Amino acid sequence: MDIPYTVEARPDTGLTNGKIGIWLFLASEVMLFGALFASYILIRTGAQTWPRGDTILNVPLATFNTIVLITSSVTMVMAWASLMRNRFGTFRIYMGATVLLGGVFLVVKYFEYSHKFETGLFPSKNNFLAIYFTLTGLHMLHVIGGMAVNAYFLFPGSKLWKTNPQWFTNRVENSGLFWHFVDLVWIFLFPTLYLL
Amino acid sequence: MSQAGAVAPGKAHGAHEAHHELGFWRSYVFSTDHKVIGIQYAVTGLLFLLFGFSLMMLMRWNLAYPGAALPMLGRILGDSRMPGGTMLPEFYNELGAMHGTIMVFLGVVPLAVGGFGNFVLPLQIGAPDMAFPKLNMLSYWSFFLGGVTMLLSFLVPGGGAQSGWTSYTPLSDIAGMGQTVWLFGMVFLITSSLLGAVNFITTTIQIRAKGLTFMRFPFFVWAQFVTAFLLLLAFPPLEAAAFMQLMDRLAGTSFFLPSGLVVSGQALTNAGGGNPLLWQHLFWFLAHPEVYVLILPAMGIVAEIIANNTRKPLFGYRSMVGSLVFLGFMSFIVWAHHMFMTGMGTAMATFFQTTTMIISIPSVVILTSLIISLWGGSIRYNTPMLFAVAFLPMFGIGGLTGLPLGLNAADIPLHDTYYVIAHFHYVVAPGTIFALFAGVYYWFPKATGRKMSEKLGVIHFIGSFICMNVVFMPMFLIGLAGVSRRLFDGGQGYAFAQPVLHLNVISSWGAWIMALFQIPFIFNFFWSIRHGEKVGDNPWEATTLEWAAPSPPPHGNFVVVPEAHRGPYEYSVPGAAKDFVPQYEV
Repeated sequence: MDIPYTVEARPDTGLTNGKIGIWLFLASEVMLFGALFASYILIRTGAQTWPRGDTILNVPLATFNTIVLITSSVTMVMAWASLMRNRFGTFRIYMGATVLLGGVFLVVKYFEYSHKFETGLFPSKNNFLAIYFTLTGLHMLHVIGGMAVNAYFLFPGSKLWKTNPQWFTNRVENSGLFWHFVDLVWIFLFPTLYLL
Repeated sequence: MSQAGAVAPGKAHGAHEAHHELGFWRSYVFSTDHKVIGIQYAVTGLLFLLFGFSLMMLMRWNLAYPGAALPMLGRILGDSRMPGGTMLPEFYNELGAMHGTIMVFLGVVPLAVGGFGNFVLPLQIGAPDMAFPKLNMLSYWSFFLGGVTMLLSFLVPGGGAQSGWTSYTPLSDIAGMGQTVWLFGMVFLITSSLLGAVNFITTTIQIRAKGLTFMRFPFFVWAQFVTAFLLLLAFPPLEAAAFMQLMDRLAGTSFFLPSGLVVSGQALTNAGGGNPLLWQHLFWFLAHPEVYVLILPAMGIVAEIIANNTRKPLFGYRSMVGSLVFLGFMSFIVWAHHMFMTGMGTAMATFFQTTTMIISIPSVVILTSLIISLWGGSIRYNTPMLFAVAFLPMFGIGGLTGLPLGLNAADIPLHDTYYVIAHFHYVVAPGTIFALFAGVYYWFPKATGRKMSEKLGVIHFIGSFICMNVVFMPMFLIGLAGVSRRLFDGGQGYAFAQPVLHLNVISSWGAWIMALFQIPFIFNFFWSIRHGEKVGDNPWEATTLEWAAPSPPPHGNFVVVPEAHRGPYEYSVPGAAKDFVPQYEV
């Protein structure tokens, strides 16, 4: 038994199941991060003192990381576009770059975190650090999740390309939507935590 | 059950072949078939309902006879909980918190959404399965893991969570280890709900049969559709809150801990600067929509059964659907009516009491439409219909007694009294749970090919109906006398509580006798699987698409791909050959 509209779009909605599914999932993710941002606002407005982000956090490193993530979003689109143009070899290169850039982001974040811990800046120290570690930690879990899915499509999952290229392209597109969302969350996180 | 041999493909028996190919584990345990998953959800949910009910029966002992030793059972529970058979206050708190958590998150929602939603919704929209069958399986097992985690929390040092199902901070921040386990359990349950919600919405939009436009959906499908949106968008903020409380408890942060907090004469050493009310906002942002998650599927079930047994179209189907959607939207902006006592200011309170009064309008529209649907019908009083009809006044009592709680001024004397308990239990217990019983009796023939016994069903209904009212009606009086809901001895120490204390005994006996009346149901349920009266594919002579499938439906559901040719409730159409015209008939 086959589930209809996994590969082809349903004519009257113009969408595949996966496309609707991923957008609904992203809607719930917006609510998750939205609640954390709202909590940030509530706690900050109620605080007697609140440090400026750049006095505690490393702005140049985070700027570098922002560029890394934006670049990875570009390579993600290129990977999908390569599949649309039927060029599987270029897809591999771009998808590999996307995963690799995610890795670079994590390495930079590792150095940022360990520097904080070495200088005694733990989440328990104050609520600024608490929300910083919670938000960036949760975001980092999303980066790892996105990388895992992309790595799956790079290696074992790419077998689907040979049997059902349309389905594989759809899946890469949906994984790309998630990756862009993760990028977008960082673009909100960066000014909120580091610059304001 | 017939052994599947060489049967022509396309026949109902073809499914058994597929089952045999998959083997026992893949077809009954790790199945991706929506019907198996629905039944797994339903049975697990029913077991948790029974377990949550047992916790409450223990609590009722100490409320009826405070300080008295519980014979036999008391000794089994051990010295750390009931030394000499007498209940410790900490144990009472543990029972209270876990009763709420289990009933809401592990009992009613899994049965209403996971069970009926999974089993009935794809059939009613003429789908072969859910849009994402593997995700569906993952959703059930995530729920199962959440349930196991919650059960294991009873075993950790200090016992399970004791801070109420609402887990208000800062109390829950400084509570024992059980609270941490509770939070991990909630993360599993939230994940399960999110996966389920994505699946339900996608399935409804994409996999519906040809000709089944949105305004031809049975009301049950609409109810599940709106419910899925509530789960999708309301649960993530609680997940965020659960993460923050975990950070507070495990990493020593102070999201919910204010500065200068003193506990048992000791100043806490945390950094402070947090906001305890933040938890309440995030919690109720989920938990008010959650109330509608509890009630909307119930309304859906009742609507199906009433239309079927009055042999009439539903009165005002379009306005019911409109009300349902409006109710879904409004449920996101009423949450702070749970927080009138927090001193949030009259401007905010006025806003939330206004939205609360507005949201009562669509609820009344739906309930009124259901009542008017009875008008002039030649009603068949079978067991599902008895429960469905009883739902109407019970939910009505629950809903109307909620209005004073939604008004800021009236809420002040009533807040946190037994009146609140009576109010929301009338909505959820004789309300939702009656609807769920109705659904079990109604769709049992679809799942098994056999009917449950009517005689046992009527005994179950009458006993439960009387006992429910004996349990909850006295609580209105106890609450109006001003007795707090959180006292482990039922308010024995307060002079003003003395005139109503005897009502606790009546209420407790009501609960214990009600437990006895569940025995016919449990027996009936298991006995009828093999020995119930055999029935055809459409025993209730109903119109919606699920009755086009064989009973029980095979893998892939339908023998002939169904199409919808008309609206869902074409009963007693003038000039028609019989008193129902199914959606699937040309």
